[in-house]
Parts: sequence; structure tokens; C-alpha cells
Amino acid sequence: MSIKITKPGLLTTLQDLGRYGYQKQGMVVSGTMDKFALRLANLLVGNPENAAALEISLMGPKVVFQEDQVLALTGANLSPRLNGKAVPMNRPVYVKKGTVLEFGPPVQGSWAYLAVAGGFEVPLVMGSAATYGRAGLGGWQGRALQKNDVLPFRNQLTEQVRQWPQKCPPEKAFLVANWSVSPQILPTYQENPTVRVLPGPEYDLFTSDSKAAFWQTDFHISTASDRMGYRTEGPVLRLNQPVELLSGAVTFGTVQVPSSGNPIILMAEHQTTGGYPRIGQVITADLPVLAQARPGSRLRFLEVSLDQAQTLYCEQEQDLERLQSALSLQLKKWTTAIP
Amino acid sequence: MKPTMSSVKIYPLGDAAIVLQLGEEIAPEVHERVKAVARYLEQHPFTGLVEYVPAFTTVTVYYDPWLVSQKGELAPYAEVERHLRQMLSQLPASAATAPAQIKEIPVVYGGDFGPDLAFVAQHTGLHPQEVIALHTQPQYLVYMIGFAPGFPYLGGMDPRIAAPRKQVPRKVIPAGAVGIAGQQTGVYPLETPGGWQLIGRTPLTLFDPQRESPSLLNMGDLVRFVPITEREFASWKEGAYEH
Repeated sequence: MSIKITKPGLLTTLQDLGRYGYQKQGMVVSGTMDKFALRLANLLVGNPENAAALEISLMGPKVVFQEDQVLALTGANLSPRLNGKAVPMNRPVYVKKGTVLEFGPPVQGSWAYLAVAGGFEVPLVMGSAATYGRAGLGGWQGRALQKNDVLPFRNQLTEQVRQWPQKCPPEKAFLVANWSVSPQILPTYQENPTVRVLPGPEYDLFTSDSKAAFWQTDFHISTASDRMGYRTEGPVLRLNQPVELLSGAVTFGTVQVPSSGNPIILMAEHQTTGGYPRIGQVITADLPVLAQARPGSRLRFLEVSLDQAQTLYCEQEQDLERLQSALSLQLKKWTTAIP
Repeated sequence: MKPTMSSVKIYPLGDAAIVLQLGEEIAPEVHERVKAVARYLEQHPFTGLVEYVPAFTTVTVYYDPWLVSQKGELAPYAEVERHLRQMLSQLPASAATAPAQIKEIPVVYGGDFGPDLAFVAQHTGLHPQEVIALHTQPQYLVYMIGFAPGFPYLGGMDPRIAAPRKQVPRKVIPAGAVGIAGQQTGVYPLETPGGWQLIGRTPLTLFDPQRESPSLLNMGDLVRFVPITEREFASWKEGAYEH
């Protein structure tokens, strides 16, 4: 009841939606870079949306299924293959014991997600399965996956998933659902995205030239970016006058400007507090699009109002709620319809 | 008792957080207000509250706009702001709690445990023993926890032992290292790189994810450093002095 890692890939970690409730103790939230994709992957295999899934970056791992399982792949398209054959994303796939999942060239996006029905069996640390590598806690032994790691499944497959093995033709190693989620519901992933931003608490401390440049110029995501933050290169942003700020809370999507003048966008593994001026805050609904942009991508910031941002937030939640009920029906139907 | 929290500034941090700014400077009175707000939120969580983060002058409240919108009459931000303003109008300007217990942090000063004690002594023109005496003398106030899991921002250091950061930060600072940077003193909870002048080391575990309260210190705690010997440090590590 497990998968075995035969190649670890660039950075493969177990993540869920994050470790909340301990930021007042300085504990980093961590969790998935693309919340939408992780939630979708879980819903596609009938899991609660917060179950732990594998987060796979750019160059994916090679994984052997040591037991029959149902999986879903979402987020970045890293050319996933099962036993050498291309496998479509954003739908459930039934795989038999011994099937090998590997990845090829990254086609689009940075972070792919692999969910399995029932999820992975790892102890929760402070209420979460998310890996926080810098403190060596959570996930799989507090670290990225390595060769020969064996990750056990939770032994809680639903009744419907249990029936799938009998439905897969004997000559086939895997069976792909003949339906997938509508692409319309996915975030508008783009190579060079425009992300919507609210002015940050220190926005007005910046010079008018810097404010204009922030909205009107391309920024490039630097290669020195990681799960903690995306560094950007572009016009240098300056304050009207030097200011000494007291440390305060920062969050996923906070655009802070250190003295170099090059904005850093805080990502899933951001520190809980910081003292740099915050020029903007990427809206929650666009964080998946931002996260999936690659080093070297061009980035534009588009100003929206708080009302718009919260409306978009609620629309995304509503979409996911509808999707959840639609999927649970569809999974039932598919199971009974498989020949 | 001053019942006013009328001068509070309230502003959004993105679409899922709101900041209560309760003062402009690091000061015990401002800290009392931060503590009062934190205590209230701890005891009276509202629908959609995710968590809150107290800092020197602010409390940032994270909320889920979707959950708030299902319960509230106003748009999510307006709803949360209304709720928090109502809270502030009822809140005394001080937490009015019993004085915090003083937590003692045992420290071996100097030697391999505090390789920069000599530098701090030289920089300040004091004898190393005087640096230790001045460092162990005050009661420090934990204004906030941040930067790293369990890392306390302490107020109250004697300015006579202030020392600049190292020009070249160390690649590895061990967990428990006690250092000075400018006017600040602190303890590293985890092994990290860093530029503080290290004057000692505590055997206590400042952050343990398996503990019910993972961080040993919390905002509002009072702290005192107590000198111990290397032998006591070793026994402590073996668990002889647990509890």
C-alpha cells in the first residue's frame, strides 16, 4: 500500500493546504504553492480537499505504484507518463500495481500535484502534513523525497474506488477516466501572467515614479526564487524617504521591497513577519497563477479594488464547492459505468 | 483604567487579512493593547477567523472572506472591520491580567558556547563578566515571536552591551545560541545562518513541534537569563534538570 520513489526529481515534497494557527509562535504556514491545483487533485480522487499530496517541481520524480491505486495529476504540465505513455491531467486515473509514473519536459507551469485516493499516510505535525524543510518538520520525515523512499497510502479507500480494479481491462496497466474537469474552471495559467494586486500598507511611501512603474512595467521572476519567495527583476522601486519600519505580519502574496528596490513576492513558505515596505498584495484568487509562473517569466501587476478581490475570492470558493458536488456524483457514475 | 482604544488605525493586508495598528512605537503601553486584543480574539473567535499574529504595534487578523460572506450582512472586509471595531470599543486599554510569570533561561556564557563574548566586551569597553552581569540583570519582555519559529523579539536590553552585527554572517548558528545585534538580544530556536554576536547558549529547546505549545516563549512573557556552567548545560541536555 505505497509508492516507491526511484528518482526523486528536483524538489518533490508532501504538502497540504498549510499549517495554520501557529503563526503567532513564528511558525511558517508552508503548504502547497498552488492551492487550487492541490484541492482539485484531491477532489478528483474523492479525498477531502486538504489531504496531503505530492508537490512536484519542474523536473518530476519517477515513482512506482506498489499497489493498485487511483491518482490525479493537476497544476503544471510536466509531461507525465505512465509506463512510458502520456497520461492526461485533471482527471482520475486508475493504475495497477507495478505501474511507473514519470515526467518529461516541463510544458507549462512550475508545480504539479499528484493525489492518490485516500491520501498518503504521514503523521500530522501541528495539525498539518505540509513539509517545512527549513525546520525539518512535517511531510515525509521533514524533507524532500529521496531515492528509495516508500510512501504508504492511507488505508481508507472509498467503496467506489475499491471496485475500480475489477473494471480495468486485464491487458491494460491503467485506465483513464473518459472525462475531465472543464478547463474553464481552471485558473488562467499563463507563461507571462498578469496578476491582480491590491496596494499594500506602505504603498503611499513610494515615489510616484515607482508607483507608476509598479503598475506599468514588466518584472521578471528571478532564478533565485523558491517556495519562500519569488524575487523579481525590473525597475528599481524607491521610497520618498528612508523609513525604519517595525516588524509586522506578512503573508502569501505580499509584495515587499527591500533596500535593493527589487520586489520580492512572498510565497507559501514565507516568514510570519517582516519589516520591509509592502507595496502590494497579490489577490488570493491569482496566487495559483503567480505560483505557476516560472523563473524568467514576465510578470505584470494590475490594480484591483478590495471589493473586486473578495468577490473573486468568493467566486473561486463557490466554483470549488460546485465542483466538489459535481465530482462526487461523476465519480459514482463513472465507477458504475466502467465496462 | 483607560477604556479607550479610539486611536486605532485599521487597514487591509490583502483580501484575507486586516491589520489593527495599536500604536506607533515599541512601548509597554502599546504592547498591553496588543495583548488585550490577542487575548480577546483567543477567547472570542468570530466566524471566519483563521488566526491572528501579534507584533510590536499591530495585530494582524487572518480571515476567510468566503466564510465571513456567508454569515455577514456586509462585504467581508466591512463585516470583519465592524466586528473588530465593536470589539475595540468594549476592550480596556490593558489586558488587566496578573503579571506574567518570569521564565528563566539558563545560559552558558563565553568560551565555545559564546565565541563573541570577548568581542562584545572589547567593543563595549567592559569586562566579559560585566557583560554577563548586564545581560542577566534585566527582566526582558517578549514583544512578539517572528522571523523564525519560536524566535522571541525581546525588549529591555541594557544599551551598554549593544554591539553591531558581524560583518560576515555565520553559515551555521546552533539552536539555543544567545546573541546580541545592535540594541537587541535574542535566542536562536533553530540552527540557521545569522549575523548576531553570540555570547552564550541555552540548553533549553525554544521550539519543539511535538510540544503542546511548540514555542517555549510567547508574546507577553517575561524572561530572565541565568548563568550556568558547562557541566550544568550537559546535565540539562541529558534531562537531569527537566521541569
